[in-house]
Amino acid sequence: MEQTQYELNKGLAQMLKGGVIMDVTTPEQAKIAEEAGACAVMALERIPADIRAAGGVSRMSDPKMIKGIQNAVSIPVMAKCRIGHFVEAQILQAIEIDYIDESEVLSPADDVYHIDKTAFKVPFVCGARDLSEALRRINEGAAMIRTKGEPGTGDVVQAVRHMRKMNAQIRQLGSMKKDELFEAAKQLQVPYELALYVHENGKLPVVNFAAGGVATPADAALMMQLGAEGVFVGSGIFKSGNPAKRAAAIVQAVTNYTDAALIASLSEDLGEAMVGINPEEIKLIMEERGQ
Amino acid sequence: MRNIKIGVLALQGAFIEHEHMLTDLGAVCTEIRQPSDLTGLDGIVLPGGESTVQGQLLHKSGLFTPLRKLISDGLPTLGTCAGLILMAQEISNPVADRTIQEKAAPTAHLGTLPVTVRRNAYGRQLSSFVTEQPIAGIGNYPMIFIRAPYIERTDVNVEILAKVDGNIVAVKYKNQIGLSFHPELSENSNIHEWFLSQCEK
Repeated sequence: MEQTQYELNKGLAQMLKGGVIMDVTTPEQAKIAEEAGACAVMALERIPADIRAAGGVSRMSDPKMIKGIQNAVSIPVMAKCRIGHFVEAQILQAIEIDYIDESEVLSPADDVYHIDKTAFKVPFVCGARDLSEALRRINEGAAMIRTKGEPGTGDVVQAVRHMRKMNAQIRQLGSMKKDELFEAAKQLQVPYELALYVHENGKLPVVNFAAGGVATPADAALMMQLGAEGVFVGSGIFKSGNPAKRAAAIVQAVTNYTDAALIASLSEDLGEAMVGINPEEIKLIMEERGQ
Repeated sequence: MRNIKIGVLALQGAFIEHEHMLTDLGAVCTEIRQPSDLTGLDGIVLPGGESTVQGQLLHKSGLFTPLRKLISDGLPTLGTCAGLILMAQEISNPVADRTIQEKAAPTAHLGTLPVTVRRNAYGRQLSSFVTEQPIAGIGNYPMIFIRAPYIERTDVNVEILAKVDGNIVAVKYKNQIGLSFHPELSENSNIHEWFLSQCEK
């Protein structure tokens, strides 16, 4: 991938900042998401909560379904491919997807290697639990990072843990002397140049969103106050009682994430939130996929 | 430090990048999220992002009417990409699927700039590009187009500042500057400097 294209791809992520990216499985859901104020939609066959319930192998979605969603909305459309499955990624690039999520939500296709994302023109977002994973994905060509969280649970605890850990590690790198960075990079198992960038700039070189378990306007605002630059909401919307209203409330909460009075009013009468499950209650831990 | 206060619309999108560039040039920046943020401004920036989202939030936040009035009354305003779409009097392709008529997207948002704009005019992300082209009064400038719009038609009083491949990508109309591309993502601050000089007048 040319440097220019990578800058454009990072730039698209910058345009999504302060916004909410919503998981959708049909063109109808995509339209609801767009009308509620989503800045992009993630097209997938089943939302993470249903992937958990169904079990088995989960794969890239039917390209026809994705095209249906592309035709239904004017905002950017993202889609997921399996970790390491570069042919699924090639297919998504061929249908001109705006962003590919190389995602731990789907069953990994390669238990060692991630996709060489520098070989693609289309941008990638990847999940990360900490600074090590984030910088390794960026080194592979990711133009955007999100926390992994634990998808499909409605439980925000892992997304909080990942965001806090990543930001703590960024602060640690920032406070180091320059000659300590070589060892820090070694410990983190990341290239020195990326460790140096974080040291000098106090942030990742790409946009960093929160994802995994966000179910309420308060959850979304919590992630923003913890330093997320935007929020992915998966199962939280279309597994709830009133998706359109909840989606719109989460969008406003992300814009006004420090305005507690407004978030209080946004949180009223949203209907049933998605039924959450605790990490102790689940067998499949998706966050451990793809390190 | 200059004695200019610029309000940057901060509902969604790349507003921080504008703030960094303007602050580096000595201006004071404030983020606009609600009507009370509109007081005491010398200029307004409408940043890039998703225009559908920003347009909806303009209404929900109560900013729509007072912001439109400030711009119409002559406060210097710079709109980039989605910001240009917010300013345009007409959007030629407001919805993706022309067959869907119900709950159709608005054909204009603030509508203060007498131009017709085409959203995602170049196509999806794979068609995003960078080019260096001349802008009237500025000179050669690195233009970053990301899922960008362009201007299809303008009113006779609108000054066309730049075209790329025959399509209008930069205009000035009275107090309003509208750009298809993202000067805030480039290293070149000449456009922001020019905008601040308008605000100082």
